[in-house]
Amino acid sequence: MEGKVLEWDYEIEGKDFRNAGKVSSKVKEILKELGFDPDFVRRVAIASYEAEMNVVCHAEKGALHFAILPAALRIVVKDKGPGIPDIELAMQEGYSTAPLEIREMGFGAGMGLPNIKKNTDELNIVSTVGQGTMVEMVIRSPLSREGSE
Amino acid sequence: MQLWEVKEILEAELLWEPIDLQLEIEMAEAADLMSDVLNRRLGCDLLITGLVNSQVIRTAEMADIKAIAFVRGKMPDQEAITLAKSKGIPLLTTKLLMYEACARLAMKGLTGSSGTI
Repeated sequence: MEGKVLEWDYEIEGKDFRNAGKVSSKVKEILKELGFDPDFVRRVAIASYEAEMNVVCHAEKGALHFAILPAALRIVVKDKGPGIPDIELAMQEGYSTAPLEIREMGFGAGMGLPNIKKNTDELNIVSTVGQGTMVEMVIRSPLSREGSE
Repeated sequence: MQLWEVKEILEAELLWEPIDLQLEIEMAEAADLMSDVLNRRLGCDLLITGLVNSQVIRTAEMADIKAIAFVRGKMPDQEAITLAKSKGIPLLTTKLLMYEACARLAMKGLTGSSGTI
């Protein structure tokens, strides 16, 4: 399996709160089945779930691309939606533009992007207002993390 | 402590069965904000919450939380119960308020996820 890239693609429907989290659940199941370290799987699942919830809460639709690279895992979530006017502001804990219905579900308190940052080794966000957002997350596996620190 | 003790201390009902009542519960946390639950560095075994939607179950699944206790007699809908069952996450409901539920468990020695009690 060395050097081989395994990848998956999933669609995410905006405003579909009933199925919100399904994609991240699949990501988690795959990693568990492949025998990754539980703490690593939890970090990936949390980052993926927060990114998925952002699409469900704010965008019309989106897609999650998930790839297992030789020394890391990469998740790219792209959406068609309102975009983020000020990414630096959106990264601050507590800053949120989420409507009441999302807050009632226990989200939308301005913790999503900070939570993603906390659980990833690299985070890149590219957003165009009125078009959409791309969130790229890289999480290094425990072994490669040890080697790089 | 084990899950059956949590059930007794909280005078709680189980929302689906059969479950493993011998499940070890070593750490708990209480929150209504799911992003706060996801923000923890350390894992936790029991989530005490007043929120009852499916996202609570999803949050528990992502954060490796073993069981959920709903306070104030709140009941999740059937969809949330079915999801919890499919993920093997036991659900309890207690008439106690959140503070009382936490205090009872803490007095019986259940620690919090930051380890300060």
